[in-house]
Amino acid sequence: MKYYDKLIFDLSKAGRQGYSLPACRWENSVSELPAGLLRSDAPDLPQVSELDVVRHYTNLSQMNFGVDSGFYPLGSCTMKYNPKINEEIAAMPAFAGLHPLQPSQTVQGVLRLYKDLSHALSEITGMAEFTLNPFAGAHGELTGLMVIRQYHMSRGDLKRTRIIVPDSAHGTNPASAAVCGLEIVQVKSKANGLVDVEDLKPLLDDTVAGIMMTNPNTLGLFEKDIREIASLVHECGGLLYYDGANMNPLMGVVRPGDMGFDVLHLNLHKTFSTPHGGGGPGAGPVGVAAHLAQHLPSPRVLEAEDGTLYVAEDDGDPCGRISGFMGNFGVLLRAYTYILMLGKQNVKMVGPLSVLGANYVKEALKDCYELPIPSVCKHEFVFDGLKDKSTGVATLDVAKRLLDYGFHAPTIYFPLLFHQAIMIEPTETESKETLDGFIEIMRHIAAEAISDPESLKTAPHTTPVRRLDETTAARQPVLRYKDIN
Amino acid sequence: MAKTVEGLYYSESHEWVKVDGNVAIVGITDFAQHAMGDLSYVDMPEVDDELEAGEEFGAVESVKAASDLFCPVSGTVVEINEELEDAPELLNQDAFANWIMKVEMSDPSELENLMDAAAYEAMCANE
Repeated sequence: MKYYDKLIFDLSKAGRQGYSLPACRWENSVSELPAGLLRSDAPDLPQVSELDVVRHYTNLSQMNFGVDSGFYPLGSCTMKYNPKINEEIAAMPAFAGLHPLQPSQTVQGVLRLYKDLSHALSEITGMAEFTLNPFAGAHGELTGLMVIRQYHMSRGDLKRTRIIVPDSAHGTNPASAAVCGLEIVQVKSKANGLVDVEDLKPLLDDTVAGIMMTNPNTLGLFEKDIREIASLVHECGGLLYYDGANMNPLMGVVRPGDMGFDVLHLNLHKTFSTPHGGGGPGAGPVGVAAHLAQHLPSPRVLEAEDGTLYVAEDDGDPCGRISGFMGNFGVLLRAYTYILMLGKQNVKMVGPLSVLGANYVKEALKDCYELPIPSVCKHEFVFDGLKDKSTGVATLDVAKRLLDYGFHAPTIYFPLLFHQAIMIEPTETESKETLDGFIEIMRHIAAEAISDPESLKTAPHTTPVRRLDETTAARQPVLRYKDIN
Repeated sequence: MAKTVEGLYYSESHEWVKVDGNVAIVGITDFAQHAMGDLSYVDMPEVDDELEAGEEFGAVESVKAASDLFCPVSGTVVEINEELEDAPELLNQDAFANWIMKVEMSDPSELENLMDAAAYEAMCANE
């Protein structure tokens, strides 16, 4: 990897130009603007040629590591391949040129697609209705919790201000609940990694709004007691929220709706192959059981008797509005493409293959890495650091060393149940050869930890930047370019 | 091995208490700072805040994790250690020399619910 860290401004040479705008044919109307809104100097734009621009961004893009460049076993993130046909469809002018304020009679096909994707997600999850509006997983969590709160408020049940969250939960669960104004109560896990039903029982009373569960949980273990938990929570008048971050292993096999969940979110950028993070925005659709549909956020896409689709504001008893329009449509389109490309038969293969891959890697590494819970996992599993900890080599060092060998590091130091957590999720889109390559390097690193621990403690060695001083970065962050030096 | 100091009281959530008359001086243990790694931020309560025993009063953050702090005894915050605002690393350098807050206790008998150094060491050995 070639080191490149220039800003486009560093390339600027006075007078150099790659593009010229045509002369303005309209009269200049800035004279009508108030003096305070007018700038006194021309903007300081970079003066560069087209070639400068192309090289600059090509070089920058090569500093990145993505699913397209290598194996990315980041636990709980489901870094599966993003098929290129998704991009082809999303780039079609009929979709790319849409405007969110177009009258609904001009976008019937698009509204139909919104409904059809909702139906497909309903079929996959067993939920009655969906909103596709939330922009990301945590945004979906907040939306789902707002639906739960609205449900209790609409019944005049104002005491329900507590939400139960397991100690193995994703950090976003308590964070979303706090943003929603709910008080968080933690329920413990048992030694086998599953939610402790006996610890849950005394927490259940008429102040409980609901419970947030991830199934399989963040240890990659299926919560086998889910039916019992569901009936206990329902008996006390609470609702069950399903964090869909770990939906991948269940796809096409088991449905959260059938387990008793009332509300869930899905991460289209995990389970449904749309790009993550820097590769594009996310999407966190929220599905609900039939009796909660009236509390979904505005706007909603509804169907008139004659089959015409329309965008409804404030229909039913909505929990509010959580986005300006109807979500990241380009992302929804990619997820819909993914579902149609797989088809019903192949959707059913996603879960089993992701489970097979995870168990294959787990079994091949458990003699050199500490496996705290030795049962069959679902799509991911957690090691508690190296088996031999005598050398002082920590999980962070193993993760950094992986970068030297061209792999993205797994998720580390999460979940918090273990001190040296390494959380590995291979996903179903990786071949056996790729998994074997990763296993070989992980075993090699475990051997290096004994033969040459120093090389791990100072890793990475071959990346454009070496080990970063995260502590100083956190204590004294430099947030603006002009503050460097 | 994380160190402990004799004569202090210890909570299960890794806070220590030093008693000075009716005032409880509260910090985090060496075990806690070691488990957290390099601290980047200490979230502290405000003077005059009233706290119940077991109530959350702040948090410590490192590049690895964030962890809530729980008040070992009930009372009113009379002073916070403002030095930590700019120098959270003081807790890494010496967790027992750098306190986080001082609490005027409303019920000093609650101290009996806390552990002594030996009991706390035994608890940490099992973590």
